[in-house]
Amino acid sequence: MKEETSNNSRRKFLKSFGISVGAAGVVSSFSLIGAAKAAAKKPAEMVNLLTQDGQLVQVDKNQLRPTVTEPLDELQKRGREGIPGKSFVMVIDLSKCRNARKCMAACQNHHQLRADQHHINVLQMQDAEHTAPYFMPKPCQHCDNPPCTKVCPVDATFKRQDGIVLIDNERCIGCRFCIAACPYSARIFQWTEPKDSEKYKDLTYNIEANVPQKKGTVSKCLFSADRLREDKLPSCVSSCPNGVYYFGDRNEDAVTNGTTGETVRFSKLIEENAGYTLMEELGTKPRVYYLPPKNRAFEFNGDLLNEENLH
Amino acid sequence: MNDLPKQKETTLSFEKIKKDILHPMQNHKGLELWIVFLIAVISVCGWAYYIQLKDGLGVTGMRDYVSWGLYIANFVFFVAVSLVGMLISSILGLLRIDWITPISRIAEIIAVAFVAVAGLVIVLDMGRPDRVLNVMIHGRFQSPILWDVTVITTYLTVSALLLILPMIPDLAICKKELTKASPIMKKLYNILSLGYINTPEQHKHLHKMIRTLMVLIVPIGLAIHTVTSWLFAATLRNGWDTTIFGPYFVAGAFVAGAAALIIAMYFFRVNYKLQDYITDLQFDKMGKLLVAVCLVYLYFNLNEFLVPGYKMKTGDDVHLKELFYGHWAIMFWSSQLLGNIIPIILLVYKKFRKPLPIMIISLFVLAGAWFKRYVIVIPTLLHPHLPIQNVPENFVHYYPTAIEVSVTVLSFALVLLIITVLSKIFPVVPIVETAESKGIEVKIDA
Repeated sequence: MKEETSNNSRRKFLKSFGISVGAAGVVSSFSLIGAAKAAAKKPAEMVNLLTQDGQLVQVDKNQLRPTVTEPLDELQKRGREGIPGKSFVMVIDLSKCRNARKCMAACQNHHQLRADQHHINVLQMQDAEHTAPYFMPKPCQHCDNPPCTKVCPVDATFKRQDGIVLIDNERCIGCRFCIAACPYSARIFQWTEPKDSEKYKDLTYNIEANVPQKKGTVSKCLFSADRLREDKLPSCVSSCPNGVYYFGDRNEDAVTNGTTGETVRFSKLIEENAGYTLMEELGTKPRVYYLPPKNRAFEFNGDLLNEENLH
Repeated sequence: MNDLPKQKETTLSFEKIKKDILHPMQNHKGLELWIVFLIAVISVCGWAYYIQLKDGLGVTGMRDYVSWGLYIANFVFFVAVSLVGMLISSILGLLRIDWITPISRIAEIIAVAFVAVAGLVIVLDMGRPDRVLNVMIHGRFQSPILWDVTVITTYLTVSALLLILPMIPDLAICKKELTKASPIMKKLYNILSLGYINTPEQHKHLHKMIRTLMVLIVPIGLAIHTVTSWLFAATLRNGWDTTIFGPYFVAGAFVAGAAALIIAMYFFRVNYKLQDYITDLQFDKMGKLLVAVCLVYLYFNLNEFLVPGYKMKTGDDVHLKELFYGHWAIMFWSSQLLGNIIPIILLVYKKFRKPLPIMIISLFVLAGAWFKRYVIVIPTLLHPHLPIQNVPENFVHYYPTAIEVSVTVLSFALVLLIITVLSKIFPVVPIVETAESKGIEVKIDA
């Protein structure tokens, strides 16, 4: 992400909170708490860990301690406020999506989801009978006129100053009105005990990643708000092997490609490629922009044409 | 209104009215068995709800696409039926239509029972019922759910008042006459009758209060079902995104409510031996009323389905095809035909407005009304704007599970229990009003 202009203020901002969440994103999947408990029984067992700079290292399990996180109140407060001065947008280039689904896997890993739970879902689309089919990754559109937050009876889902729509699972009553209200089917519900809930039960709730997930509440794509706080791109964006995703700040007019790392002007990218938003006729004003699936350098290999789940 | 023979009335005296109406309250063995049966049903089905609480809503057939199912359809149905209280005792009462006198209390009892349980059904549907107080603590008045909570509690309160206030003279009678009643009941009658002895002053004040409430409940009644329709109409989904949902739901509610009232009238008439009070006249008039409200509902259905069906807009097209001749066709057409069109045709004939035939027709209307709500809630959720993909097979269909059905049975049993208990402790036909309407002198001892 291009961060030159506001880097200083941003650094200060982050420091003032005392960053210690750094490793949380990387190691959460290893569950340090669980590992530390296990260590009491089996001494001198080594585990592989990925450090922040991408090195794979071996550590004695006895040395592992749970990541020190902010207290819940602090996480909730800054989670509701958002990152000042930012206006996050995503651009999805449909001409590049080959249905690799690395985005879906990374997202499910980050947000502790099962394989059938999608914050982002790669759909096979065909707009009309004789038009070309294509793959369309569909995250939450983080609408500027969000139908979901309007209907929430308890302000559990809300829009922040940086444009991200979040869910507070400490407050959600599970009425599922927001699921009914979302025209993009972007929201999911934890119908049963979430994946690995036993393992993560002692983890402090982080509203910006919506983990640990909670039974009986709603979840959805958050643009990996916890990673944005660390100046990282969302999980789906960084994991794409095909250069489909751009992510950045509309205020800076800059978006960065998650695969190539290349930063381009947002307005120019949209203008030159005839970018559009999904179902703009509904008036939801999405923050996710799509570039049309033209000039594709690969064959559409989906089984769409055999499927009847099209409409 | 004088089209039926009334020779029986001449034999009625105030003493006889009191005896006829109060007698079944204390001498009905079957009623106690029925209460025990309902409590047993509630306990067994309560177990199903316990499992849902423990394991989460995953024990239901609902999944990420059909995220509202049987419970919400049932909720809408209950709210609809409860509107009969406002229709009968308020709208017709304000118009001073006199044939409603013997059935107005049954209408209010139905209203109170259904709206109270409707509120509970919403809690049964919640993923986190333990956080229900968040609606008070963090309530946002921009959400239609808050409006719904407000109007449902208001409607319940005003309906309960409209049940109790007109009953005060009768309760004063109960206090005197029901000598076999338990001490608790005697105390209840004593408290609720508020020392009423039918002085002209008391009579004037009471009727002033009742009329004020009757006016008040009209906007509240309209609001309760209009707001319930907005839970759907406030979304951007095919089939729900329509502007006539408010009046469409209100019209449908009158149909469901009138049918429920006719069924209840029939059962009280037979079981409580109230043939002299809930007469053929009441069934005949209710039959005509049911035809009228069914015609209004038919008109709204024409608008709701014919107009989008004519255009077949993208999105609507899949939804409407599924309703008209797809997966939902049988349910859709039977609710329209058996629950509305055929009853209209039959009830035009006088012989079908006799108690037994009209009760059977009303059973179809009420069942049709229930399935109509099911068809309003679920198919729309199965036809979202974007395709349903990469999810397990059971996300693409919706079939209620045994747990869901049990919890729904629980809500029905609870409604019936409330109606039964209210009709056991309170006279189901107004004693004093009936006597007054027949010009019989009323005497209430201090």
